[in-house]
Amino acid sequence: MNAFKRKKNWYSSDRVMPKVLLGFSLISILTTFAIVFILLKESITFFSSVSVYDFFTGLKWEPLFAEPKFGVVPLILGTVMITFFSSIVALPVGLGSAIYLSEYAPDRVRTIVKPILEILAGIPTIVYGFFALTFVTPILQKIIPSTEVFNALSASIVVGIMIIPMISSLSEDAMMAVPRALRNGAYAVGSTKLEVAIKVVVPAALSGIIASFVLGLSRAVGETMIVALAAGLQPRISFNPLESIETLTAYIVQVSAGDIQYGSVEYLSIYAVGITLFAITLGMNLLANYISSKFREDYGG
Amino acid sequence: MIDIQSLDLFYGEFHALKNVSMFLPEKSITAFIGPSGCGKSTLLRTLNRMNDMIKTVKIKGTVTIHGNNIYEPEVNVELLRKRVGMVFQQPNPFPKSIYDNVAYGPRIHGTKKKSELDDIVEKSLRDAALWDEVKGDLKKSAYGLSGGQQQRLCIARALAVNPEVLLMDEPTSALDPISTLKIEELIQQLKEKYTIVIVTHNMQQAGRVSDQTAFFLNGEMVEFSETDTIFSNPVDQRTEDYVTGRFG
Repeated sequence: MNAFKRKKNWYSSDRVMPKVLLGFSLISILTTFAIVFILLKESITFFSSVSVYDFFTGLKWEPLFAEPKFGVVPLILGTVMITFFSSIVALPVGLGSAIYLSEYAPDRVRTIVKPILEILAGIPTIVYGFFALTFVTPILQKIIPSTEVFNALSASIVVGIMIIPMISSLSEDAMMAVPRALRNGAYAVGSTKLEVAIKVVVPAALSGIIASFVLGLSRAVGETMIVALAAGLQPRISFNPLESIETLTAYIVQVSAGDIQYGSVEYLSIYAVGITLFAITLGMNLLANYISSKFREDYGG
Repeated sequence: MIDIQSLDLFYGEFHALKNVSMFLPEKSITAFIGPSGCGKSTLLRTLNRMNDMIKTVKIKGTVTIHGNNIYEPEVNVELLRKRVGMVFQQPNPFPKSIYDNVAYGPRIHGTKKKSELDDIVEKSLRDAALWDEVKGDLKKSAYGLSGGQQQRLCIARALAVNPEVLLMDEPTSALDPISTLKIEELIQQLKEKYTIVIVTHNMQQAGRVSDQTAFFLNGEMVEFSETDTIFSNPVDQRTEDYVTGRFG
C-alpha cells in the first residue's frame, strides 16, 4: 500500500475544477462563434436579394423607401467621419496626458489623476450621448449658428473624450515600460526633460502607443449610443461635420428599435451592416496586435 | 580641474557622503573604489548632478569645475552634462540605429547639418574604438551589437557632445573579460583628451587603468593618492585591508 496513493474520488478538486473552468472559458468562445455564425447566416440571406457589389459601392442608403436602396457607403463614411474627428480630439490629448503622467507627474498627482481617468472610462456611453446632445451641441451652435441639432462634430468630440482614457492609459503603460536607464543615457548628454520624453521615451514606446491609437479608434468605430443620440440618423454623403449623418452602428439601433417587419430585407440589412462593422473593428484589433508584437522593443542590454 | 570641497550628501536622513574633499587634475584617470554602498557611485553622480533626479537628496559643500561651482542655482544642468559626460554600468543604447545613437546628443544641442553630423559620428566612433567594426552598419539597430560593442557605442554617444570630463560608473561590470580589456585600453587612450573618473568594483582594474585612486568606506573618503601608493603602500589600515581582499 503506497502511503502517497491518490484517492480516487471523482470529485477530487484537481480533476473536476479544470473541466469546470474550461467550460467557463468555452462560453465566451462559443458566444463569439455564435455571433459570427448568425451574422454570416443572416447576411447571406440579405445578399441573396441585394448584390454584394451594390451593397459596398452604392451611394444611397434608403432602406425604407418604396424602392429601397442599400448602398452602405454613406454609413461607412459617417463612421469614418466620427472616427476621424474623434481621433483629432483623442490622439493628442491622450498622448499628451500619457506623457505628462509617465514623465512629469509626481507620484501624488499620478495616484489622483489615474483613478479619475478610469472613472471617465466607466461612464455609460448613453450618458456621454446626452452630454453631447444637451451640452456640447448648444455650445457648438453658439459658436457656429449653422450647426444642426444632430451633427457629427458634437458626437465626434464626445466620442473622442470617451476614448482618451484608453489611449492615455495604454500609452502610459508603454512609456512606463521604457527602462530608466534609457532616460539616464539621454539626461547624461544634456537632454532636457522634454527632449527625453519626445526623442527617447515616445520613440521607444512607439509600438505600444500606436497600438493604443488603433484600439482607441476601433472603439470609436464601434461606438453606438453617442452617435445614435447626437449625430443623427441621416445617411448621407457629407463632409460637413456640422450636418447630421448616420453611422453603421446608429443604423442598427434605428432598425432594432423601430417596427420593421421581422425577416424583411430591411430587417436583414442590419446583419450586413453588422458584419461590415465587425470586419472593420476586427481588422483594426488585429492591426493593433500586429503592430505591438512586430515592433516590440526588447530594450536590449 | 574638478575641485570637491567639504561635500556632504544626504538621502533623506541617510548621510551618504561625509565631508569629502578632493582635487582631480585635468586629463588624468581617477578611480573610486570601495565596497557596495560606500558612496563611490553617489559621488560620481554629484559631478554631473545626476542625483538631482532623486527628490530626497540634499547636498552641502561645493563642486567646482574650472572654478565654476556647479551647484549654484543659476547653473544650467543640461549644459553641465554636455561638458561632463557619463557612461553607465549597463550598456544603455537607445532603440535606434547606431548612427542615431551617436548623433542624438549633437542633434539636441542644435547640430542639424548632415555633413557635420556625419563627421561627429565618425570621429566619436573612432575615438570609442568602434568605427572599424560598425562603419558599414551605421543604419542598423544598436541592439544588434554585442554587450561590449554597445558599451563602446555608449562611450561614443557620450563623446559626441564633446565633453571635457567622462564619468564611468562600473563600465565593465556587465561585460566579459575580452570586452572589458578593450574598454580598459580605450580608457587609457581617452585620457589624452578627457579627464576621466571611473567607479569600479574591480581592484585590478583600478590598478591597471587609473593614475590616482580614492578609497571610500561608509560615505567617507578614507584615502586618496597615487594608484601605486594605494595598492602597494597605503597609509590607512582599512585601505590595506580592502585592497588586499580582507573584506569587501
